[in-house]
Amino acid sequence: MGLLSKKDANLILDPLADNNPITIQVLGICSALAITAELKASVVMSLSVLFVLGVGNVVISLMRNIIPSKIRIIVQLIVVATLVIVVDQVLKAFAYELSKTLAVFVGLIITNCIIMGRFEAFALGNGPWKSFLDGIGNALGYGVILIIVGFFRELLGSGTLFGVPVLGDPIAKTGLYATGYENNGFMIIPPAALIVVGIIIWVQRSRNRALIEEA
Amino acid sequence: MLEHVELFFKSIFIDNMVFAVFLGMCSYLAVSKKVSTAVGLGAAVIFVLAVTVPLNWLLDQYLLRDGALVWLGPEYADYNLSFLSFILFIATIATMVQLVEIVVEKFSPSLYNSLGIFLPLIAVNCAILGGSLFMQAREIPSLGLAFNYGVSSGIGWFLAILAIAAIREKIRYSNVPAPLRGLGITFIITGLMGIGFQSFGGMLTGDNEPPEPTDTTTVETIEEKEIKKEIDDEEKAVSYNEVINR
Repeated sequence: MGLLSKKDANLILDPLADNNPITIQVLGICSALAITAELKASVVMSLSVLFVLGVGNVVISLMRNIIPSKIRIIVQLIVVATLVIVVDQVLKAFAYELSKTLAVFVGLIITNCIIMGRFEAFALGNGPWKSFLDGIGNALGYGVILIIVGFFRELLGSGTLFGVPVLGDPIAKTGLYATGYENNGFMIIPPAALIVVGIIIWVQRSRNRALIEEA
Repeated sequence: MLEHVELFFKSIFIDNMVFAVFLGMCSYLAVSKKVSTAVGLGAAVIFVLAVTVPLNWLLDQYLLRDGALVWLGPEYADYNLSFLSFILFIATIATMVQLVEIVVEKFSPSLYNSLGIFLPLIAVNCAILGGSLFMQAREIPSLGLAFNYGVSSGIGWFLAILAIAAIREKIRYSNVPAPLRGLGITFIITGLMGIGFQSFGGMLTGDNEPPEPTDTTTVETIEEKEIKKEIDDEEKAVSYNEVINR
């Protein structure tokens, strides 16, 4: 981290664990759950959010002194919507099949609360460089959870990673399947994502007791 | 009439906004600590969805989709503005939410007091934009059905947040493991409720509808497109060869 001062580095590193947007700040859950049945979709979604949040934070930060506070939500929505249109068109041009699986969830990056949350909480009060780092950090924290969930759901649910079979062939009974192992179809259905995220939260909070909520 | 009834129950139970497609999760998790606030937010979501989905349907039909501008004259038939749908939908939603807030405040202060604080939250609720995007993706054929879709998916969301708020009020008396308290257990309960709601999936699939219609159709269309592309490529290759031979 020679390039960054310690404070700047913390802007990136904090959201990865102790201030994670999904498990701690409870932002951006919708897309995190809906598209994580495959690892590939999780990775693409994370990259899209990385782009939108990084660039969006810089744009909002540059405009922060000229946006009237009464209409700032609409201004923010327009900025995000423009960036998301770019992402959507790029996906449709270069990864058509994947854009079909992601379907409306690319559009829903617009209302992904991580984006609005970071605009409101950070970019409106800080300079462009810091906002950029904050955006990257939070998008990475979001991506980490997405990739963990996608990894487990694809591995346990279909026995593949990025569509490549890693546990052997379930029909020919090779590899692990020869010992009687079966794919867990439960991991493919949408509600499994909620339970996997719940378990991640459980593990994280058991390791770091300071994060436990009083309820 | 029958398709109205079918769409109504389908959007409430089978394609439930929260349990099947995870829309509006953020406010669902944040505002579900008490039943009374959950009811307020749920009602506001039904209301805004009922207004914005038909409006966006009109936009989609007469402005955005391929050939939608044909009512301006035959020379506009080739325009396809659907890449603009995100920005137009979200602008409509944000404006409508502001407008609704102003109108409700003016004419019904009591309704404003119960809904008012939730209205700005709703502009960035993914359930609202999601409603419009799914309306577009599923190609809902008429304005009446679009209105029906808005209301019924709002009711589905309302039921979900009401249920989880009631459970969370009760769970305070249970001995939940410390690291799971609050957010963790809410996630897991929602997951279990989602599994419960999956069983509604059999409700309308009585005769000719396959269990997972969306998945199979997308696969088919992709395959068809690939085949078409291959054919196109072959044709191109042939024409190139002809050119080279000449």
